[in-house]
Amino acid sequence: MAVINLTKSDFDEKIKSGVTLVDFWATWCGPCRAAAPVIEEMSVEYAGKIVVGKVDVDAEGPLSQKFGVMSIPTIILFKDGVEVGRQVGFAGKQGYLDLLKKCTM
Amino acid sequence: MYDVIIIGSGPAGLTAGIYTARANLKTLCIAGNIWGGQLMQTTLVENYPGFPEGIQGPDLMLNMRKQAEKMGVEIIDQDVTRVDFSKLPHEVYVSDVSYESHATIIATGAEFKWLGFPNEQKLIGRGVSACATCDAAFFKDKKVVVVGGGDSAMEEALYLTKFASEVIVIHRRDVFRASHIMQERVRAHPKIKIMFNTVVTDVLGENKVEGIVTTTGNIVCDGLFVAIGHTPATKIFENQIKLDAKGYALREQEARGIFIAGDVHDHKYRQAITAAGYGCEAALDAERYLSENSQHGS
Repeated sequence: MAVINLTKSDFDEKIKSGVTLVDFWATWCGPCRAAAPVIEEMSVEYAGKIVVGKVDVDAEGPLSQKFGVMSIPTIILFKDGVEVGRQVGFAGKQGYLDLLKKCTM
Repeated sequence: MYDVIIIGSGPAGLTAGIYTARANLKTLCIAGNIWGGQLMQTTLVENYPGFPEGIQGPDLMLNMRKQAEKMGVEIIDQDVTRVDFSKLPHEVYVSDVSYESHATIIATGAEFKWLGFPNEQKLIGRGVSACATCDAAFFKDKKVVVVGGGDSAMEEALYLTKFASEVIVIHRRDVFRASHIMQERVRAHPKIKIMFNTVVTDVLGENKVEGIVTTTGNIVCDGLFVAIGHTPATKIFENQIKLDAKGYALREQEARGIFIAGDVHDHKYRQAITAAGYGCEAALDAERYLSENSQHGS
């Protein structure tokens, strides 16, 4: 499954059950471009197990503020709608796999 | 068994790979979990020849990687954990997996230097940042502090003025070491204030940055941008290769089949183009070394 674009209107609905990985990003952010293909890869590898979404911080300012995102890329891991961990700055695939370990699936 | 293992995947490592693979040497590039080097943190690169309109740093690195792969370089995105250069072939470990090579090119570059307070690490992404081009937009109409006195600190400060209401540059000495032109731009900017002879000693705030502590008093601010330079990434090579007092790799180690390229050695120029140049040199030297040694041995 591909990475789904999340907006204010569907964010809560999409993350409310199960495990969700959300990538807060912007077009002008270099490290976000490094993170994007890795996040995409994980959405395929973990298809059916986790939902992988992304939030464009330019378009979704209030959502970024709600989660205190002040640096991108920030990847936040949610379980049943509750944040269980986050990774700030491009962490490489291993960094995101380690983040996922904070959730039992 | 590889002819050449390259450790690192910035402009030095990938250029070396393009050359060794093109010379028909079996080449493995161990790129690191976070591949691509410092250019992955940048935006528009205007001084890399061949791109009259400039090129985005990550795009430049992606192009170099594609070019290396096209030439036949095998690339793995993992970190080297240990090396053994005491014998030939060299052994390079990624966790428990060992890779062997006749020659090794070290192009691990330099790592970002933080100030080093526990609170700084806790507040990364919550007001503490290493990348103004990534994060400046989150500081619209806010007050921010930049620490450092080199060109990168000047660049960060100038970039932040596009968004922040006030930018304070703090430097521990009484002069900047940045280039004259960058210093002038910073001094002339109405939004930037400079504090010399001041050392930042802590960051304040629980869930986000609320201020900093310095040797000349506390400052209320919303963001702290750190730009105090880089240290060479040579920890895994201690006792394996020759390093100078500051930890930079020395280049004269070719007799053992070890070649050095880029910022891991170069603390003077530190440009994408010089790193690429050093990568080319290392590859040509390795190629010559391998052809000379295969005549006499193995």
